[in-house]
Amino acid sequence: MKTPKDLRYTETHEWVRIENGHAYIGITDYAQDQLGEIVFIELPEESDDLEKGEEFAAIESVKAASDVMAPVTGVVVAVNEALEESPELLNEDPYENWIVKIELEDESELEGLMSAEEYENMSKE
Amino acid sequence: MAKYYGDLIFEKSVEGRKGYSLPVSPVKDYDMDENLLREEEADLPEVSEFDVVRHYTNVSFKNHGIEKGFYPLGSCTMKYNPKINLEVSKDPRFTSLHPYQPVETVQGILQIYYETQKMLAEISGLDTYSLNPYAGAHGEHVGLMIIRAYHEAKGDFKRTKIIVPDSAHGTNPASAAVAGFDVVEVKSNCEGDHCDGTVDIDHLKEVLDDEVAGIMLTNPNTVGMFEKDILEMAKLVHDAGGLLYYDGANLNPILGVARPGDMGFDITHINLHKTFSTPHGGGGPGSGPVGVTKELKPFLPAPVVRKAGDLYLVDGIGKDSIGQVSHFLGNINVVIKAYSYLRTIGKDNLRDIAKLSTLNANYVKESLKSHYKLPVQEICKHEFVFDGLKDNPHGLRALDVAKRLLDFDMHPPTVYFPLLYREAMMIEPPENESKQTLDAFIDIMKKIAEEAKEDPETLKKAPLTTPVRRLDEAQAARNPRVKFKDLLED
Amino acid sequence: MHKYLPHTEKDIEKMLERIGVSSMDDLFAEIPDALKGVDLDLPESLSEIELREHFERLASQNEPLVPFMGAGAYDHYTPSVIPYLLERQEFMTAYTPYQPEVSQGTLQYIFEYQTMITELTGMDVSNASMYDGATATAEAMFMAVKKKRKKVLVAATINPNVLNVLRTYAHPRGIEIVLVDEADGVFDKDDLAEKLDEDTAAFIVQTPNVYGIIESLEGVADKLQDNKSLFIINQDPSTLAYLKTPAEWGADIAVGDCQTLGVPLSYGGPYIGYMATTGKLMRQMPGRICGVTEDVEGKRAYVLTLQAREQHIRREKAKSNICSNQSLMALHVTIYLSLMGKKGLKEVQKTSYNHAHYLKSMLEKLPSFEDPFEKPFFKEFTLKTTLDPDRINQVLREKGYLGPLAQGRFAEEKKDLVTFAVTEKRTKEQMDEVIRILGAM
Repeated sequence: MKTPKDLRYTETHEWVRIENGHAYIGITDYAQDQLGEIVFIELPEESDDLEKGEEFAAIESVKAASDVMAPVTGVVVAVNEALEESPELLNEDPYENWIVKIELEDESELEGLMSAEEYENMSKE
Repeated sequence: MAKYYGDLIFEKSVEGRKGYSLPVSPVKDYDMDENLLREEEADLPEVSEFDVVRHYTNVSFKNHGIEKGFYPLGSCTMKYNPKINLEVSKDPRFTSLHPYQPVETVQGILQIYYETQKMLAEISGLDTYSLNPYAGAHGEHVGLMIIRAYHEAKGDFKRTKIIVPDSAHGTNPASAAVAGFDVVEVKSNCEGDHCDGTVDIDHLKEVLDDEVAGIMLTNPNTVGMFEKDILEMAKLVHDAGGLLYYDGANLNPILGVARPGDMGFDITHINLHKTFSTPHGGGGPGSGPVGVTKELKPFLPAPVVRKAGDLYLVDGIGKDSIGQVSHFLGNINVVIKAYSYLRTIGKDNLRDIAKLSTLNANYVKESLKSHYKLPVQEICKHEFVFDGLKDNPHGLRALDVAKRLLDFDMHPPTVYFPLLYREAMMIEPPENESKQTLDAFIDIMKKIAEEAKEDPETLKKAPLTTPVRRLDEAQAARNPRVKFKDLLED
Repeated sequence: MHKYLPHTEKDIEKMLERIGVSSMDDLFAEIPDALKGVDLDLPESLSEIELREHFERLASQNEPLVPFMGAGAYDHYTPSVIPYLLERQEFMTAYTPYQPEVSQGTLQYIFEYQTMITELTGMDVSNASMYDGATATAEAMFMAVKKKRKKVLVAATINPNVLNVLRTYAHPRGIEIVLVDEADGVFDKDDLAEKLDEDTAAFIVQTPNVYGIIESLEGVADKLQDNKSLFIINQDPSTLAYLKTPAEWGADIAVGDCQTLGVPLSYGGPYIGYMATTGKLMRQMPGRICGVTEDVEGKRAYVLTLQAREQHIRREKAKSNICSNQSLMALHVTIYLSLMGKKGLKEVQKTSYNHAHYLKSMLEKLPSFEDPFEKPFFKEFTLKTTLDPDRINQVLREKGYLGPLAQGRFAEEKKDLVTFAVTEKRTKEQMDEVIRILGAM
């Protein structure tokens, strides 16, 4: 299971990456593995408000469905539309294929998230 | 050859063929307003009557039914569907009645309806039943609306929560949500990984408060365990002001032995297509009658059939009724079959159904626990759950075992439910199954367990002999093709 | 033992031994004694001979009448092939096709059924069936409502039973149902425009409506679309060989009852609801959907798809709780539409249309009947009468007929309106007799 060191993680298996002042959000390798073959993702729209801890997208696999929770609060500036046509990209590389890009409201929220090491320890349990 | 028979009816269509005959009408042709007509005609098949008969006969060959072989699908009670039930239900004096015929012309069918209500009430220890709901999940929805109506009638509008165990059928939480409730999950008794599916009473106490409208339970539960502490649980829920809803999917093993009403349940639904032998029909029509205590009777949906003197009557929506949940009186022809079964079984045989379905389940459980992981050791009722293979060096899954069973003309158990176990295989061998059939199943299940060790590839590839082999389900969901024309676009 | 139960005493003995208990009672030891031992007040079992006699007595208490009434249940012809095929154990005794490898039969007919429903309605996708037309309409309402849009407009000309079911389903969910007024037997488009607002999730209309009148739905879809509200049409499929389809009117969801496709009256059930929608809303649709895929050998195969919408996966987050549906009735409809085909379906519907128009034209000549609406209809029509509807029904009943629906059954102010339904099964002789009887009143 891959857990890139430069990302921050949540207990509900999302990751956050900060790049040029924006936050990219996706699901972890562990999450995609648990879901199995992903067949559909319901994406939010640009300029939607994301509230930390609230669901903003839904992912469906053949035999499961899961909500994606916002790790941080912010406003959606872009959604990864490639996922609409090819949701299986999340299986292929869950870190390259982010779900939304947001304008962070409060950077300090990042501090509450887990490091790669902490996340790995949690997933092992 | 297989290809030809495998085609869709649309692929057999030939312009100019027909499969019907209608009388020549002496009535003249009346015009239709052009503005109201469709532009393109519906593209339906053109086939002869014999084409249709051969087509659907061949389509049928691709199905496994209970008359062909064992069908131990957990929580579905795949019991024998007696022929006499079908014979009597087909009488045109039942099938050709319009639902709005005057009651004096339908006394026979109303008597069946009324007596079925009475018998179900007696068997489940409740006051009366509505036979309007079309299926188990429909019954749940109706029952939950009754719970809401009961609280609202008392002026209590704060009860917005329904408690559902984590072992519950998926319909339970879905029905609660559809009826506008929030779902609160109550945990099962677990020690480490070992869960027996019975409700954790301490956790129940924790979640009970004055916002709880009621609790939905199956007893025996989905692991096949009887909730021994049901009387205590009923008291706790009632003391908290809530009501108890009984999901009747698992009623079979307590027929004539114990009654939900006596356990403290206020509302039940019964699946006539499970417990009372009406055909499952490839997924319906079923019937999900809802029973209630005397106190809740005014809230039942309409129409209601009652008896006044010697006359059976149909009543409309009463003052406190939740209203209508079906266009007419429900799946009547299914009710007739269940009535025929109830009269055939009678009081004298009812308890044997409970006993033998329980005997069968325990016999299979004890015979196979050497080869499959048995999370709950106690005596079960009509069904039980294995948690995958016991000795499993190649990491095969419940799905692999299920698929391999298909090669032996047996329908697999319910797999991956209940959610308490990762490799759940829920087995229900109904009372009609003989020791010989069970022994054959046991032998095959053991053989598969051996194969899992010695020849894992066969299991992974299974089934090998079915009309089609394992399917690419992801393809179907990613690129949904859901009608014939979607195939032509490829 | 009863003939349905195969266990001999010896079997039971051996089985108990394997389980390691000494008696059957031991299998029920955990059930509290307080619950056990109730003496049930039930009749004793009947042998097959006795049961047949009992059912003969019951059936003889029923007197099937020849219907000139519809009101949601119509007396169409059922070809002999249908019950014969439906009774095949492979169809009748199977359950939900969870194991697709041994359920290709069920899955294939569902796929064919879905195809036929999309052909009839013009919609993109159909599910595998709903309980009946009324509950299908209620499920469509659930599909449409959102957190911030909980008002549903319903044409007042809808069948009152369907409206009752909508009201029952709506109440616990806090959905507000607002009727769009009736004007001359159809819904009032001006009133619709007036009542449409930002809270409106959908508008539901039935066509032909409770009077049998074909609603004109020109321009409705645009208005709804501009307001981001869904358009739900409940349409009798036995008009769809001819009439404009829900898709042509711009519906987002089409629903109705397929009882009219040759399903026996059976005193009200089992019938079968249909639901079809657009590609855009496919994943919001409740119920089972069958799709096509391939097996590992590349063979075409059918499978339940988009299951992540359903209750067994989504649990409390599912859009609907439906599990068992009316599958065998979907097979009924599929075989019916295969037999009738393109031409037969038209012939059946045109004959019903012609006969209804004949009966109406003749009744209108009687001094006691007049058409209060003068609007287009299909196989059901409503007349105003100076006669007492109860007496009409009484007199017809004596001749073995089920007379017209008295609209007073639904609303006191409509007590002088009666609604006749005529199908291809009603002969000219029967119609002429009814005309004679009513003419003599």
